[in-house]
Amino acid sequence: MSEATLADAPLIDARGLHTYYGASHILHGVDFTIRRGESVGLMGRNGMGKSTLLKTMLGLVRARSGSVRVNGRDVTSAAPHRIARTGIAYVPEGRGIFPNLSVRENLLMAARAGTDGRRDWTLERVLKTFPRLAERMTHGGAELSGGEQQMLTIGRALLTNPDLLILDEATEGLAPLIAREIMRILGTVKASGIATVIVDKNFQAVNAITDRNVILVKGEVVYSGPADELRARPEVHLRYLGV
Amino acid sequence: MEFSTFLIQLLNGVQYGLLLFLVSSGLTLVFGIMGIINIAHGSFYMVGAYLAWSLTGAIGNFWLALPAGIVISVLIGMLLEWLVIRWLYHRDHLYQVLLTYGLILVVEELRSVLWGDDVRGVDIPKILSASIPLTENQSYPVYRLWISAVCLLVAGLMYWVIQKTRLGMMIRAGASNREMVQSLGINIQVVYRVVFAAGLTLAALAGMIAAPVSAVFPGMGNHVLIVCFVVVVIGGMGSVKGALIASLLIGLVDTFGKVVTLAIGGFKVLPELSSMTVYVLMAAILLWRPEGLFGKRL
Repeated sequence: MSEATLADAPLIDARGLHTYYGASHILHGVDFTIRRGESVGLMGRNGMGKSTLLKTMLGLVRARSGSVRVNGRDVTSAAPHRIARTGIAYVPEGRGIFPNLSVRENLLMAARAGTDGRRDWTLERVLKTFPRLAERMTHGGAELSGGEQQMLTIGRALLTNPDLLILDEATEGLAPLIAREIMRILGTVKASGIATVIVDKNFQAVNAITDRNVILVKGEVVYSGPADELRARPEVHLRYLGV
Repeated sequence: MEFSTFLIQLLNGVQYGLLLFLVSSGLTLVFGIMGIINIAHGSFYMVGAYLAWSLTGAIGNFWLALPAGIVISVLIGMLLEWLVIRWLYHRDHLYQVLLTYGLILVVEELRSVLWGDDVRGVDIPKILSASIPLTENQSYPVYRLWISAVCLLVAGLMYWVIQKTRLGMMIRAGASNREMVQSLGINIQVVYRVVFAAGLTLAALAGMIAAPVSAVFPGMGNHVLIVCFVVVVIGGMGSVKGALIASLLIGLVDTFGKVVTLAIGGFKVLPELSSMTVYVLMAAILLWRPEGLFGKRL
């Protein structure tokens, strides 16, 4: 593949992913694409395979068949740290902060320049974005409130200067005010040119940020379309996401 | 007990304790960070002692043998992690105990092939061979003070690396959430290899610096291993700080248990039962705190 086509290649191009947990078949041939700078909402009810799809693309769970390409390069069987080094940052469900590290250490332990050498996100900028963290730099990660922990995980992810930020249930269990604040920040992250994949129960808040939405039902993509389309078609929303 | 005798026993206890810390810190690090129970750990104490003996013989200088032995130990550690240990991360502790027990046998056999089965000795290097006179007929060897100093230096170095460096952050993070560390772009395999090699080298270094004051003999790691497990259990599995406190505690209790006379109801308990003191101490501490002094609450 020539350099020109590599540059045009999607950031992530997943094809025909079949993933199992033991005997249970979770993903049934999922195709999923993210282009540079694009923001995608990944939607679906609980247990439809959203987290599994994210983990498969991140190499944390292995697909039994199918392929994952990042910038045109095959990473289907690459180690998770290699996939992360292609410019993908992950904010997992449950946040994944290190309780035995201080806030400062949590932020700095993985800080690095982006794939093209840029350092848009520095500690100063992260602390400006999340002023609450600045007051708690020496606290242990476990001493933070839920909202602060979430800000810490997002700040830590941004300090790796990623091309893509993947967020799994970033506002789950947070007070509405804090959840709104986090969504606002995700909006500015997107505006800064970082692509995002957002999994979140709050469909409307996600839809306000994303360019495109994908809906999973039982491990299959049943809908994919631009954000304003989903807004105009409440029956799709009701059918696949309503409870 | 006269003060000078007390002072000598105190120094002996501290020195024994610090040496124990050197060995057991490696054991507790490898357990706390990688979740691996390495019962072959004591064997590398022996390997260190034999390295000191053979390298001092080959090079003719203890001070050159020491760094050479450290380099060899690090390489052995990295090789073993790659060859053996990395297959154990997702396995039950039973597999770890079985495989590392196998390692003990392999190491003993290799030791027999390479260095023979004789008891060996290493001379105390000349510069440290003096003794500090305390009274007219009592003195304390400088070499033992040097052992304590080296142990303290290494303890300080460990504290600095673990608490103050980025590698230390990665190591501690790896102990709490391996998957998240990988997702941040850090090669946890390399971090683990470094930790295992460091743990093994700590044991070997202890063997090297202990060699001039203890004999070098087959199976010398076995007793050390048992005492180290006592240290790690008392200090709390995985806690380096706990290992330091527990090591000093055991060093002192064991040393004074052998020289203090204690009679209960006409029956002489100490020093007659001194070989039991550390185990009694362990039992008492575990009854009080089952997770050890600095372990995570069970």
